[in-house]
Amino acid sequence: MREVAIIGASQTKFGELWDISFRDLITRAGVEAIEDAGIEGADLEAMYIGNMSAGLFIKQEHIASLIADHAGLTPIPATRVEAACASGGLALRSGIMAIASGYHDIVLVGGVEKMTDVVDPTPAIATASDQEWEAQQGVTFPSLYAMMARRHMYEYGTTREQLAMVSVINHENAAKNPKAQFPMEITVEQVLSSSMVADPLRLLDCSPISDGASAIILCPAEKAREYTDTPVYVKASAHASGTIALQDREDITRIDATVHAARKAFKMAGLEPKDVDVIEVHDCFSINGILAIEDLGFVNKGEGGLAFEEGVTRRDGDIPFNPSGGLKARGHPLGATGIAQAAEIVLQLRGEAGKRQVEGAEIGLTHNIGGTGGTAVIHILSR
Amino acid sequence: MFMVGIVGYGVYIPLYRIKVEEIAKVWGDDPQMIMRGLIVEEKSVPAPDEDTATISVEAARQALKRGRINPERIGAVYVGSESHPYAVKPTATIVAEAIGATPQLTAADLEFACKAGTAGMQACLGLVKSGVIDYGLAIGADTAQGAPGDALEYTASAGGAAYIIGKDDLIAEIESTYSFTTDTPDFYRREGMPYPRHGGRFTGEPAYFKHVISAAKTIMEKEDLKASDFNYAVFHQPNGKFYLKAAKKLGFKMEQVKPGLLTPMIGNTYSGATPIGLAATLDIAKPGDRILAVSYGSGAGSDAFIITVEDGIEEKRELALKVREMIKKKVYVDYSLYAKFKEKLKMA
Repeated sequence: MREVAIIGASQTKFGELWDISFRDLITRAGVEAIEDAGIEGADLEAMYIGNMSAGLFIKQEHIASLIADHAGLTPIPATRVEAACASGGLALRSGIMAIASGYHDIVLVGGVEKMTDVVDPTPAIATASDQEWEAQQGVTFPSLYAMMARRHMYEYGTTREQLAMVSVINHENAAKNPKAQFPMEITVEQVLSSSMVADPLRLLDCSPISDGASAIILCPAEKAREYTDTPVYVKASAHASGTIALQDREDITRIDATVHAARKAFKMAGLEPKDVDVIEVHDCFSINGILAIEDLGFVNKGEGGLAFEEGVTRRDGDIPFNPSGGLKARGHPLGATGIAQAAEIVLQLRGEAGKRQVEGAEIGLTHNIGGTGGTAVIHILSR
Repeated sequence: MFMVGIVGYGVYIPLYRIKVEEIAKVWGDDPQMIMRGLIVEEKSVPAPDEDTATISVEAARQALKRGRINPERIGAVYVGSESHPYAVKPTATIVAEAIGATPQLTAADLEFACKAGTAGMQACLGLVKSGVIDYGLAIGADTAQGAPGDALEYTASAGGAAYIIGKDDLIAEIESTYSFTTDTPDFYRREGMPYPRHGGRFTGEPAYFKHVISAAKTIMEKEDLKASDFNYAVFHQPNGKFYLKAAKKLGFKMEQVKPGLLTPMIGNTYSGATPIGLAATLDIAKPGDRILAVSYGSGAGSDAFIITVEDGIEEKRELALKVREMIKKKVYVDYSLYAKFKEKLKMA
């Protein structure tokens, strides 16, 4: 198995991008990643695109070939990868496997979602839950994560203020990220007084509806220096599945897919959580930021809330968390998120993250979740 | 070149009101959040025997009281609305007949979502300025539709305003007009559909704000004027929030825009909104005051006007009921009566 390196990365601005279409979003991200890698479109041998639900958001399926066509890349093989909100992470993993196996040398992996063309995206997002047992009963994503939050508060004494701190820290970082959807700071009081969405989760606990795309260029590690002086190496790529519906879980305060994927990833990389300098985790709702650092092994179960309260997860803390602003504040265009997380870690490891740089970051981790944990994809990257 | 402008204006707002709390109670919404979010407290409700035609006739009669002209000299009647009672057959002929302007005139209904009334004012301006007609009557009126349970239900209301455009005995000169128009599908209703559909948050930045602000900025640049050169400004007002945000973005102060902001008290009268807001401003303006008026219609476009108040205002505005006096006359209805009035209940 060949080692794999990242030689180019990009992200479009995330937000309500009324004037940029689905195909233009991913093409812009792709072109920027190609330019960043110093290659040409003709060098690409294959493309993997993460996208959750173009069918429901813009009534377009068959998007992989659509994108190859629109970008002038035909006849390269183009594949769409779907695992709900983890589609991007899984597209990255698919590209990594294509290079590791020796099938391809230069691969573009991308993620894209255009969510603002529908007035109410809630039913489309709900298709990431169990349609028969959850969505059809009227349960939506905020309410699923609200149940997980409630139980976490009950079991471990996690407080409403601790949940709010997840959003506050995300926004602190997003304020320094010009590509973030909400580049402004917020206070705990603002979170606590924002509109109730699903008790205990309020508006400022929830990631937004976003348009956006991100892309990454991969090549075999041994060739990376031919293209760049600052390659980023893939130390581990792990993927686990888990129960789709909450009621099938032994414990709804734990996402088993994260636990399994993390175990595999750290083993593969020969590393432990304490070796990681910066993390980009999947916090579609504030409670998920807490669950993530627990399930990844950065803190003990039940201590996640305290870590946020004490600021351990601030950029200058022991566990620098979501320097991009995370799903909450950078934005969450579902299929693009997993790629954008990796693109942020690439910037951090290259030392190119500007005002949100985590000093001396050498090893970074990305954590991308589908649904409420039916899929988890974890990557560990190093300088 | 002679001056062209407003000879008379008149408004009609139905007597009935429903409060935001009453609607929120039915749908389980938090009324405080809605009142804070939309800056609207109550809206007007048309009685069962009121429609765009009756509202238009009443507003036209008020305008004639102030204009003091022989209706037979009106050469054009345009009624702008998105709730014309007939799909085929004009409202404008009903109005023209009712006020005694027939038969020597042109008449037509206009539709451009919420800005068809100001489009009619522009058409009249052109005809008067070119000497084709002596007087034109432009009306913006609606009995707006909002689907039960839709956010629009909190604001979609009823009312209208009529403007007699001419060149003699003006109460205000229309110095200049400018329009900004694109194809932007933010809000629409197809033939046969009972309620319009809207693009949620898309109705904000790329629709309302883009058009209102572009139209306002351009007309001010063309005339070399800035916000502080105006005594008053009035904008289309789908809710209070959009109106105040647009005003702020354009650099207007609260005291300049408050007289024209009526949506918090009567809701969004659609084609009537900017014309009624302008009328409320004329109700208090002094001769020499300069007013900026900018309408907005989904689909989408904005008409901007720069208006200078003339001496005739002082005497003429006393000849009919002022907007704020009309707003004070009200009777509250509950949701069940409202549902009946708005024909949301289907009787066998």
